[in-house]
Amino acid sequence: MADAIEARDLVKVYKGDVRALDGVSFAVEEGTVFGLLGPNGAGKTTAVRILTTVLRPDGGSASVLGHDVAKEPEVVRGLFGLAGQYAAVDENLTARENLRMIGRLNHLPRAVIGERTDPLLSQFQLEDAADRPLKTYSGGMRRRLDLAAALVARPRVLFLDEPTTGLDPQSRLDLWGVIEELVHGGTTVLLTTQYLEEADRLAERVAVVDHGRVISQGTPAELKARMGATVLEIGLSDSEAAKAAALALGRLEDKEPQVVGNLVELPADRGSQIAMEALRRLDQSGIVPVSFTLREPSLDDVFLALTGRHAEIEADEEQALARTQAGNRTSATSATGGAR
Amino acid sequence: MSTVAGTIPPAVVSPRGPARLRWAISDIATVVQRNLLNYLRIPEALFFSSVQPIMFVLLFRYVFGGAIKIPGTSYVNYLIPGIFAQTVAFGAVSTAIGLAEDLQRGIIERFRALPMARSAVLAGRTVADLVRNVVVVLIITGVGFAVGFRLQTNAAAFIAGLLLLLLFAFSLSWGFAVIGLTAPNSETAQVMSFPILFPLTFASSAFVSVQSMPQWLHGFADYQPVSAVTNAARALMLGGPTASYVLQSVAWSVGIVVVLAPLAVRKYRRA
Ligand SMILES: Nc1ncnc2c1ncn2[C@@H]1O[C@H](COP(=O)(O)OP(=O)(O)OP(=O)(O)O)[C@@H](O)[C@H]1O
Ligand SMILES: [Mg+2]
Repeated sequence: MADAIEARDLVKVYKGDVRALDGVSFAVEEGTVFGLLGPNGAGKTTAVRILTTVLRPDGGSASVLGHDVAKEPEVVRGLFGLAGQYAAVDENLTARENLRMIGRLNHLPRAVIGERTDPLLSQFQLEDAADRPLKTYSGGMRRRLDLAAALVARPRVLFLDEPTTGLDPQSRLDLWGVIEELVHGGTTVLLTTQYLEEADRLAERVAVVDHGRVISQGTPAELKARMGATVLEIGLSDSEAAKAAALALGRLEDKEPQVVGNLVELPADRGSQIAMEALRRLDQSGIVPVSFTLREPSLDDVFLALTGRHAEIEADEEQALARTQAGNRTSATSATGGAR
Repeated sequence: MSTVAGTIPPAVVSPRGPARLRWAISDIATVVQRNLLNYLRIPEALFFSSVQPIMFVLLFRYVFGGAIKIPGTSYVNYLIPGIFAQTVAFGAVSTAIGLAEDLQRGIIERFRALPMARSAVLAGRTVADLVRNVVVVLIITGVGFAVGFRLQTNAAAFIAGLLLLLLFAFSLSWGFAVIGLTAPNSETAQVMSFPILFPLTFASSAFVSVQSMPQWLHGFADYQPVSAVTNAARALMLGGPTASYVLQSVAWSVGIVVVLAPLAVRKYRRA
């Protein structure tokens, strides 16, 4: 099958010598979901901005459904739908008006827009609020409207930049359902995410991005396989206890245990043997864990193995930092921002 | 070009020729409509556009007016053409604020990723501001007549004066678009606008005669754009020689657009 999205050696250097992309390549087969996974500042949004013709790359090339984004931007814009990282909806219009506006700017006939608006509003649980200005919306509602707007033109390719950030668990599950349905109907989806579970659940293929480079690429199963079969996860009462437990465990089968909050994690290829040994050592130190699990490795473990850092935790911390710093341009109506 | 196997025709094809113009006009109309709805729904914007000019009329007519003597005409007749000019000049700040806000909120980025005419964001903003100015000018006309303004010429000249003012307003919008696209946020856009607007509106013939100002101000105050359009509108509404003032005013309006609109377009492309 043809590739719906192709990125070849993309390079982007922002003002101030920030090398946001440093030779990123990937291909997304038509009708599949591709996940760009990485912590804050990895370059995910930059890649999406280039693929959606908003930003010109400083090197490399990219195409959508065979059309080069730099040479035929107008054609490319007619091919995809985009829901950016920060819901870019008009605060002073109602949800219905927002959808209508995006429909018109996509040059859809009025009748078609009319037909599609109500089903989209109900698909994203916005029908009750459809005729209220967005000022009264919660962050999650804005987010959902932004996603609905990306679908008005029924694009064959969909770019979703952190689509579930700021959604409650139920909305997140609902959105996953919507994405699965779309892909079933032949839509190609590129999504970026910090939620490893999300890429795992939705994406056929994943590229792990860090500091503007793809550090690993493959199916979620392939990435997990590189980690070994299982991970041992021991829960303690708090992070102090977790540190003590890690110390008590020491190196097991040549692997250092990692402390994540109140958890201790350890790659465990030979699961049960290592579990036995770990319990023995904890017992010797008089430590009683709250929980003790052998589980499949998550993509977070993959990230840890690839970079030596935890993706999600780092992401959350930086996110909080970025929110307070961003102030001006980007985060004025971030997914979480309610008031103007 | 891509003739790769698997090249897929787009759902929306950007047209060429006359269809392209129709396309752009449809996009501009959509953006204009959106911007006008925004003005209607933001109380600050409504206030800025309508209540503030009315307050200026009342302030100068009843508070300062008594202290200002203009030979040959009543102050209220002198004042109203100036209020028109001052109001449309202040109104241009809305263009700057609107664009800065759209940039800040990612709306412009969203528009850039849509298969719409590139020109629609700027044109949609300046045209919406023109529509807003038409309404504002009508409001002031009403208020002006209510507080005692009396036309000394005829309706045709009065309308010609309003058209000159609207042309000036439209051209200033393009100028202030540059500020809106330069400022990092709407507050800064506003802050950047006023140091330009205050000298233009107050060191002008809008409220007092330039003769009453110190000598060193005359050169600026006589020929700057707000004075030019005030003098033209005043001549058209109250009588007196018009040709030179009208020419000056049109020259300013055209000049501002010719110089600043391309700059705004360039800034927009890079913003
Ligand atoms: N407009 C800009 N000007 C300068 N630097 C930028 C700009 N936008 C992004 N950067 C920098 O480029 C790098 C990549 O940013 P990008 O937004 O693509 O990351 P991301 O993976 O989307 O992160 P996040 O998860 O926080 O959204 C970061 O170091 C960021 O600071
Ligand atoms: Mg991002």
